[in-house]
Amino acid sequence: MNAVAKIQPDVRVNDFVLKIANVNGTGSASANGLLMKAIFRMGVPVVGKNLFPSNIQGLPTWYEIRLTKDGYKSRAGTTEFMVAMNAETYDQDLAEVSPGGVLLYDDTWPRPEMHAREDITAIGVPLARMCNAEFDNARTRVLMKNMAYVGAVAALTGIDVEVIRGLVEEMFGTKAHLIEANMRAIQLGLDYIREKHAEPLNLRVEPMDKTAGHIMIDGNTAAGLGAVYAGATFGAWYPITPSTSLMDGYKAFCEKFRVDPETGEKNFCIIQAEDELASIGMAIGAGWNGARAFTPTSGPGISLMSEFIGFAYYGEVPVVLFDVQRAGPSTGLPTRTQQCDLTLAAYASHGDTKHICVYPADPRECFEMSVLSFDLAERFQAPVFFMTDLDIGMNDWMVEELDWDDSYVPDRGKVLSAEDLEAMDKYYRYEDRDGDHIPYRTIPGVHPKGAYFTRGSGHNWKGGYTEDSDEYKEVLDRLTRKWESAADAVPGPVIVECGKPTRRAIISIGGCDGAVREALDRFNAADQPLNYLRVRGFPFNSEIEAFMDAHDEIFVVEQNRDAQLRTLLINETAVDKTKLVPILDYAGMPANPEFIYDAITAHCETEEA
Amino acid sequence: MTSMPKPKISKHLPTNKLGLTIRHYEGVMSTLCAGCGHDSVTAALVQAFWELDLAPESAAKVSGIGCSSKTTAYFMGQSHGINTVHGRMPSVATGANAVNGDLHYIGISGDGDSLSIGFGQFAHAIRRNLNMLYMIENNGVYGLTKGQFSASADIGTKSKKGIANEQTPIDPCIQALTLGAGFVARGFSGDKSQLVPLIKAGLMHKGFALIDVISPCVTFNDHAGSTKSYAHTYKYYHPLVHTDFVAQADEITGAPDADGLLSVTLHDGGVLRLRQTESDYDPRDRAQAIETLMTPSDTGEIRTGLLYLNEDMGDMHAANSLPATPLNAISQDVLCPGSEALAKLQARYR
Repeated sequence: MNAVAKIQPDVRVNDFVLKIANVNGTGSASANGLLMKAIFRMGVPVVGKNLFPSNIQGLPTWYEIRLTKDGYKSRAGTTEFMVAMNAETYDQDLAEVSPGGVLLYDDTWPRPEMHAREDITAIGVPLARMCNAEFDNARTRVLMKNMAYVGAVAALTGIDVEVIRGLVEEMFGTKAHLIEANMRAIQLGLDYIREKHAEPLNLRVEPMDKTAGHIMIDGNTAAGLGAVYAGATFGAWYPITPSTSLMDGYKAFCEKFRVDPETGEKNFCIIQAEDELASIGMAIGAGWNGARAFTPTSGPGISLMSEFIGFAYYGEVPVVLFDVQRAGPSTGLPTRTQQCDLTLAAYASHGDTKHICVYPADPRECFEMSVLSFDLAERFQAPVFFMTDLDIGMNDWMVEELDWDDSYVPDRGKVLSAEDLEAMDKYYRYEDRDGDHIPYRTIPGVHPKGAYFTRGSGHNWKGGYTEDSDEYKEVLDRLTRKWESAADAVPGPVIVECGKPTRRAIISIGGCDGAVREALDRFNAADQPLNYLRVRGFPFNSEIEAFMDAHDEIFVVEQNRDAQLRTLLINETAVDKTKLVPILDYAGMPANPEFIYDAITAHCETEEA
Repeated sequence: MTSMPKPKISKHLPTNKLGLTIRHYEGVMSTLCAGCGHDSVTAALVQAFWELDLAPESAAKVSGIGCSSKTTAYFMGQSHGINTVHGRMPSVATGANAVNGDLHYIGISGDGDSLSIGFGQFAHAIRRNLNMLYMIENNGVYGLTKGQFSASADIGTKSKKGIANEQTPIDPCIQALTLGAGFVARGFSGDKSQLVPLIKAGLMHKGFALIDVISPCVTFNDHAGSTKSYAHTYKYYHPLVHTDFVAQADEITGAPDADGLLSVTLHDGGVLRLRQTESDYDPRDRAQAIETLMTPSDTGEIRTGLLYLNEDMGDMHAANSLPATPLNAISQDVLCPGSEALAKLQARYR
């Protein structure tokens, strides 16, 4: 025991950050998930962030668990309790602990440098030694070392061991020997702390009742589940971080809900394509043929798909693209988060193209907007971009339980049946019969009168090939009006009024929401109130422009270098661009309120000086 | 310009079992050069569909970009068609096929579309054993961009300007054989009597059926010194296997040849009667087919006909356990698990 605590910090109950530093590939994810879930089950709101490298084994990885009794939704940006399991990053991890915080380390090997700080409590636990004595093979020892720190952390902070046991039992189901082994490892950590470390820590977990009616789920799983509920039957994909788990989720739910137990027939088809050029082509083929079809990908995939996206736009083929954004450009940082495809998606492909986009902020919205994306794609007969990111997609978020309305009827848009066609004199694919800029579609095989030829080359309202200027422009202009009309069909903005007169506001998007709201609380507390609008769909509806008109200074908070949301706002509205102040967090980490608060404060101070 | 419909003069024309004349299977007027081999292929397709008594709406046409790919507008005007992006027809066909396997998928491509820009998609559609007829209208040259060599140009063949190609050609039939296609054929646009039965057989074959059709480009690759000219192909093309297609409902008449006749019943109906023109060539032997195609002929023969057939391979639908009801026709109440299931499911996330 090498604990030296020079200062006695305040007791913090259910309000601190527990961070585990580990080595990729050691199986720490399940141990960390166990800790977070146990805290959640004790009724304490949590925010979990897995900060992992683009690597399978050997590089440093961190897992952050923020306990937030106030129910905040983002990273705090500080670390009060560090579990330092990675010798390679030890110095960095040690330096990161907030004054008055705690550092837990494996003291199987002596580490004199740990004395470098006297303002924190360092607690050594011989995790490796205990596990080596208790377990046989090398792999088990590595895995169990993680479980042992779960026990130690639980004992130090007061996490309920019975809750942990319940989770371990659920995790391993009928495999009793695994339950026993994991609990034995947890007990090693628990017993060691109870025996050697009598004084309670200043960082404590105590039961609350603030997680009832909530679940912990990641956005990719929720979006995949949404695709199942929306009735999507076809998905094509090429594996790419961080979107892979979206298709994994869709597949798992389809296997649960869509397989005939007697015949083994599957009411879904998933094709792993040879590349993204093919995956989007397949989804377009399925959409053209009347199925709800999608492809999950990330920025590099969207780049490859761009030619086909223009084809679907011009040929008016419904298809849903899930873009789980990661840090670019090029290969960039594949395991770090960004909102860097906003302009790419909005205008993807050569020639004049504009697309419908939705921007969920958390997994619950991922579920809802996944369903909505399929409705929008079919209603507007167009590609629809579901724009999420690695932070939302791959981290477990605490959200309200998902709801489903059984009266939901998919919006299939204007599709003519055999009877409709039989009754028609003549059918033309791109005829604007209703004056709402949306033509009628037919599905192959339904009726010979419905036959038409889909082409990416110039075509007229009849669907015929044309190089005639007027005929060409007529179709192109209708497409603009069709796209504009989607402004009222995409999710409207969420506006949070501070209730006080102010000339300043924040506009933000997607996963920045939690950090922005927490920053707003701080601004309010500092008597610097700001109004807030979160954009949820593209094209922008009129509320967004009205909100900008009502403010003199608007901070546009987003996660990319080039202020892409700001670019879209300037490009698509009449806003005076000097009013829009970019607040850009593009370091690849999930948004945090500290950054937003500091950046806006710094701007205001400069302005006032 | 805009596309022109063909005049529909159907008086006194014979009808098929659906009461349709061959005119019902035509499309808009071709805009290809007069004498283009592709127009002969289009005519063969029209005849094959008509003779098979297939309802026009039961077919779906897919193509990429190029002279060949344009032809999907020139036949089956009462069928849906999709003229996709360059080299990507196989992916669109894959998605379309996955959600409705009841249609007959006919893909038209060219040597540039399939063997250069779309080589990857061509290969992977074969690997998936997509149930479709895939036609390559192969002329060794890029027509729309005025005469560059394509990847199927033979070594030594000369361009219009007299320059010889020095790069190894890609033979789509050899590729298809090595990638596991169950139906591999080569035809010649100048021999409709051979091509029509091949098309019918390819349409009825369950799984990926490739027909590589040598289809001379009369504008950019029909000169002396070209190995894809009409004259060269006409002189050297050599049927290795003679193919007759007999619809299943028809009585098979005539005594089978004593020597070299093989009858194969196709999954989707119809019987193929194959006659070997060389007694030692067996179209069920993949290794022999590859070896034959890879061995240069002493006399410069272009081997044609149904080069390989295997009816016993499952297709993409079987591999994915897809249901009998097409995915695009399954109702939402079957597809959506509903609110109760969602509530139950969420226990694991608490």
